[in-house]
Amino acid sequence: MNTLRRSVSLIALVAVAACSKKQPPAPAPAPAPAPAPRVNQDSIDRANAAKAAAAAEAERQRLAAATAAEASRLDAARTAARAKLGMVIYFDYDKDEIREDQRVTLDAKVPILNANPDVKMRIAGHTDDRGSDEYNLALGQRRAAAVRRYMAARGVADGRFEVVSFGEQRPASPGESEDAWAKNRRAEFEITGGGTALKVP
Amino acid sequence: MIKSARLLCVCCVCGLLSGLTPAQTRAQDTAVASGVRIGLTYDRHGKPGIAITPVSGPNADSVRAILIRDFDFSDRITVIAPDSGEPPTGALNYPLYAKLLATTVVQAVVTPAGALHVAVHDVAQKRVALVLDIALPTPAYSGDWRAVVHAAADSIEWIVTGQKGIAGTRVMYARNSGRSTQLWTVDSDGANARPVAGTENAMSPDWHPSGKKIVYDLLPDDGRHRIVVRDLTGATPTWSTGAASLNFSPVFTPDGSKVVFAAGNDATDLYEASPGSADPPRRLTSRKGSSNSSPTFSPDGRRIAFTSGLLGHPEVYITDADGSSSELLTASGFGDRLFRSNPAWSPDNRLVAFQSRINDVFQVMTISVRDNSTRQWTSDGANEDPSWAPDGRHLVFVSTRTGTKELWVLDLDTSRARQLTHGGRVQNPAWSPRLELSRQP
Repeated sequence: MNTLRRSVSLIALVAVAACSKKQPPAPAPAPAPAPAPRVNQDSIDRANAAKAAAAAEAERQRLAAATAAEASRLDAARTAARAKLGMVIYFDYDKDEIREDQRVTLDAKVPILNANPDVKMRIAGHTDDRGSDEYNLALGQRRAAAVRRYMAARGVADGRFEVVSFGEQRPASPGESEDAWAKNRRAEFEITGGGTALKVP
Repeated sequence: MIKSARLLCVCCVCGLLSGLTPAQTRAQDTAVASGVRIGLTYDRHGKPGIAITPVSGPNADSVRAILIRDFDFSDRITVIAPDSGEPPTGALNYPLYAKLLATTVVQAVVTPAGALHVAVHDVAQKRVALVLDIALPTPAYSGDWRAVVHAAADSIEWIVTGQKGIAGTRVMYARNSGRSTQLWTVDSDGANARPVAGTENAMSPDWHPSGKKIVYDLLPDDGRHRIVVRDLTGATPTWSTGAASLNFSPVFTPDGSKVVFAAGNDATDLYEASPGSADPPRRLTSRKGSSNSSPTFSPDGRRIAFTSGLLGHPEVYITDADGSSSELLTASGFGDRLFRSNPAWSPDNRLVAFQSRINDVFQVMTISVRDNSTRQWTSDGANEDPSWAPDGRHLVFVSTRTGTKELWVLDLDTSRARQLTHGGRVQNPAWSPRLELSRQP
């Protein structure tokens, strides 16, 4: 503020001097570096700086938005990959063979597991409640082991899977109907290691 | 402790857990079980008649009701229980009881000091054959209190029939909430059902022959089954193993020294381990690629019956205890739904009980070890998971006949069935051996 006031006083003095001399026009002296333009330049600089800052800010925001969008896209992709890894498959009654229509679910896990060699998973076999409690533990185990064999045949090392069985002890759907039984004859998947920063293939 | 004043008779008596205060079911205790003959005429079916006189003293009606129930549930005794009248005083009118076809009169008193005093009269000899004086633990209706009354019932049954009763035994089983399991016990008369402390996530229990330890399959949320041994009164397990990915269906050997269970990472075989030893479990069966589980020992410990999927579906096999010479037990005569499992070898070595799928649901059957003759014992609802009482004539199993899974007891000699549990969602019953009365002072 003080600088501005001083500048204004200088402009007034120069103007008075110019008016007091009534002489033929002399070659115009090289315009003295006038404080006035200097003052203007400062304003321009300031304006420009502000503009640049705004632009930089806009760019920063644009980049941030882009990064956020990318991150969100990646997050979504990771979430999708995670969901694919966790997708349950179903079995036929008293069978441990991988059903034809369930292969696509398992196949979708393969590229994700290949892109994330540190990821380890637990496969839990479950059954409906029509067998005996104890024999169903064995059946659930065979189902989980069959999934591990299937994955190993597609190049995912079987050491990356732990297989466990809950038999009929943890039904997904209560009740005694074909619909409930079908939902309970399943293998569930849980990431047990290396899943914090999932790489998307 | 059983003390007798004139004639000593100490049978196997029961009593197991101390310091526990179970839910009390007094209404049940004072109700006389249906099927008990009350009156002057009855058909004895060759079963000796016991008359129980009215009982006096604190909780006398409950003591009497429990004795009546125990005699009734033994399925060996005809109970004659006149409901009216005062407790008798002075000499008994033996000729009157002889007319009622009672061979024995049980005259019980609960003393003001809280002792159960029982005089067992021999009607033919017109004399007292046995006197029991037993301190009743407090509080009344506790597990220990019930154990003493059951022990009195077993002692009387021994005097009257010459047979060891099962009044003082218990049944352990798992309750499944849908998300986890927990072990429970119930007295043989259906009273005193309660969870076993520290057995959350446990299933498939088996009793040590001492009745003081159990082994079970621990199934935690991570799915890593372990075989666990614990003392019934202990705070923590004493031993566990979990080398394979799946370890399940454990039993003690008849001498109690080892545990045999099923284990494997894909297919499963039977293994044997010594609790307390650091040695790895030893494999008994070698049936590559098939699921083998649910072992049960012959009483002499020399052979094991078990479930195997060797043929592609579950059947019951018998092997020598070292895993050699397996042969199919449930070979023929079972129709087209091929599923036989959960064998239980009878204490008298004659039969193996098991479950067989018939018309799409399980039914309890027995097969003779000697000639392979079979018999179907159930047809109402689905019935599975049989376990023998130590008397060799009663089976406990899971039945859906009421609409939910409950434990039922069947007497093979009379085909009489009774419901043991209420509350549903039960599995894996295991009948205890005869239990020693081991109350704490």
